[in-house]
Amino acid sequence: MSIASGMHGILPTANLQRLLDALSTKGYRIIGPTVHDGSVVWETVRSVSDLPIGWRDQQEPARYRLEQTGSQDIFGVVHGPQSLKPLVFAPREPLLQIERTKDGFAARQMILQPEKVAVIGARACDLAGLAIQDRIFLKDAYCDPYYATRREGLFVIAVNCTRALSTCFCASMETGPRATNGFDLVLTEVDDRLLIEAGSEAGRHVLGGLSLSPASEELIGEAAKCIDACARSQVRRLDHTHLPQALYDAHEHPRWNDVAGRCLACANCTMVCPTCFCYTVEETPDLSHQQTDHARSWDSCFTQEHGYIHGKNIRPTIKDRYRMWLTHKFASWIDQFGMSGCVGCGRCITWCPVGIDLTEELPALMTPVQPSVSRRHVEG
Amino acid sequence: MSKPEEEPQKPRLAVFKFASCDGCQLSILNLEEDLLALGQALDIAYFPEASSDMKPGPYDIALVEGSITTPDDAHRILSVRRQTKMLITIGACATAGGIQALRNWADVEAFKQAVYPSPEYIQSLSTSTPISEHVHVDFELWGCPIDKNQLLRVITDLVAGVQPRLPADSVCLECKRRGNVCVLVAKGLPCLGPVTRTGCGAICPSMGRDCYGCFGPSEGARKGPGLPPNTASLARHFHGGLQLVPLEVMRRFRGINGYVSSFRAESNAWEKKT
Repeated sequence: MSIASGMHGILPTANLQRLLDALSTKGYRIIGPTVHDGSVVWETVRSVSDLPIGWRDQQEPARYRLEQTGSQDIFGVVHGPQSLKPLVFAPREPLLQIERTKDGFAARQMILQPEKVAVIGARACDLAGLAIQDRIFLKDAYCDPYYATRREGLFVIAVNCTRALSTCFCASMETGPRATNGFDLVLTEVDDRLLIEAGSEAGRHVLGGLSLSPASEELIGEAAKCIDACARSQVRRLDHTHLPQALYDAHEHPRWNDVAGRCLACANCTMVCPTCFCYTVEETPDLSHQQTDHARSWDSCFTQEHGYIHGKNIRPTIKDRYRMWLTHKFASWIDQFGMSGCVGCGRCITWCPVGIDLTEELPALMTPVQPSVSRRHVEG
Repeated sequence: MSKPEEEPQKPRLAVFKFASCDGCQLSILNLEEDLLALGQALDIAYFPEASSDMKPGPYDIALVEGSITTPDDAHRILSVRRQTKMLITIGACATAGGIQALRNWADVEAFKQAVYPSPEYIQSLSTSTPISEHVHVDFELWGCPIDKNQLLRVITDLVAGVQPRLPADSVCLECKRRGNVCVLVAKGLPCLGPVTRTGCGAICPSMGRDCYGCFGPSEGARKGPGLPPNTASLARHFHGGLQLVPLEVMRRFRGINGYVSSFRAESNAWEKKT
C-alpha cells in the first residue's frame, strides 16, 4: 500500500487526547460518536473518554445492538444511524423570516454563523456520501449558502474500517472500507496504536503540530492487512455491472408488489441514507398574519406529499414510492450524476423497521421472472 | 361610550365536549400567551370549560372533543352541526372513537351490571363512535391529546381563509430529524411510529419509549389497497421479529385509536390468531 499524502505518524491510542487538544486549540468544536439510547450519535466531545471505548455494534436487518467488549478500542463501533449528512444538511433549518409591510412584504434571510467543527470517526462510506451531498448542494450557481457555511467549517477525521458489519457492502460499491479521499486526517486503529495520515493541507498542518514519530513499515503493513481483511469479510455485496439498464427493464417486475407488501413507507431508509437529499419548505405564520417563518426540513420520496403534483398524487401506492426510491438510487442517479446513489453503508438495511434488504431486492428485481416481462424505459 | 372605529366581525368559536377526558380542551388553555392572540383573532363565544359566559350560536368554528356514547349525545351533535359553519374534531375520541371505543368489542350491558348498583338508570349506547359517523366533519385533529401548535396552525389558516393542511407522514421522519435512535431497531420495542401519523413531535420515542399510535394511522384512514399505513407488515414483524404473541400484537393496534378502520382491521386479524 502507499500513503498518498506522504505524511503519517504513529499515535499510541492512549495519546489520542493530544489530537483532540490540538484541534481544540485551533478553535474547533469536536464532534464524535457517543453512546446514546443503544447506538451512537454525533455529539460534542471534549475528552477521549466521551468516545465509545470498548463498545461494538452488531447490525442486521431491522436490528442494532451495542455490546461492551471490555477492550480499549476507541473506534469499535462502525456507525450509528447518522451519516455525516446532518452535520452539513441540517434536518430542520429556518431560511427566511417574512414580515408584512405597508407595501407588501419584506423577507429577512436567516444568516448562519460560521463554525469550525472537527468530526472524528467518519467512515469511508460516510465520506463517499458527503462527496455526493457536496455535488448536490455546492454545484456552481445552485450553491446552498447554509450547506456551504457548514461544509467550509468542517474538518474531517476519518477512521479506516477494520471490522465489517453484516450489513456492510462498501467493498462491492467501491467506496470503502479504506478512506481514499475527502478527509483531512485518517486514522487506522491497530491494537493499541493509531496510524494517522493526512489527506489535506489542513490535515498536514494539524499532524505536523503533533510532532509524532513516522509510522513504521510494520504498522503501515499491519493497518493495510486489517483493512483488506475487513473488505474480504463483507458478507453482503451488490453486483451493479448491469445498472442502470437492468433496473429500468425491471419497471413492471412482480417483485415490486412483493416488496411493497413489506415496505411501511415510513421513510427511515431515506432519512438514514447518506446521499438522500430531499427537503420540503414550509411556512409557519403567526395568528395575526403579520409574520411567517419560512423553513426547510428533511423530506422523503416515501411521503404522500412528495408525489403530489398539481392536483394529483403521481405516486399514491407504496409500490410506486419504493420503486421510485430504488430506481433513482441505483439507476437514474447514474444518468443524473454519473455515479451510483448508494455508498454501501447498509444503514437502510439496519434501520428499516421490517428489515428490507436492498442487496436482496435488487438481484431479485434484476432476475427476469418470465420472458414476457414487459420492457419499459423510465425517465429518471 | 362608542368604539372609536367599527371592528370587523371576528369569527365566532365554540368548543363542545362529548365523551372525553377534557385533555384536548386543556390543550387549548395550555396555549398560554398564544391564547391571548387567539382571543384577539376570534370571538370565543362558547367554551364552558373556560368561561361561564356561554353565548348562543350560530358559530363559525366549532371544536368538538369526545366521542358519541349516549343517545343524548347522538342527538346533541346534530344540533352542533346545524349551528356551525366549520366543524373540527379535536383528539382521538372525537376523531376515532377514543379508548372508550374498546366497548365496541365488549358487552356494555355486562359492564353496566357489574359497575352500577342500579344499571337501569344508565342511558348508554353499545358503541363509542367518532363524530364523523354522525355528522359531516370539515377537519380532523388527531392525538391524545392534540398538539396545541397544530390546533393553533389550523385556526391561523382558517382565520386567513386558507384550507388547513397538516402533515400525514409517519412519526419516523420526525424521529430521524430529531436525531433519535430508533427504539424499534435498537431496543426491540414494538413502536407504532412507522404506521402512525406525525404531529406530536415524536414525543414518546424521544423519551426512549415506543409510540402507541395516539395520532392515528399515517396518511389517515386507509383508502385503498397498497396505500399506507402498512399495518400488516409491521404487525408481522412484531410477531415474527420481536416475538410478540398474537394477543400482544392485537393489543398494540387496539388502543387509543383502535376503532379507526386500518388499526381496527389489523387488531381483528390478530384476534383471530389468539
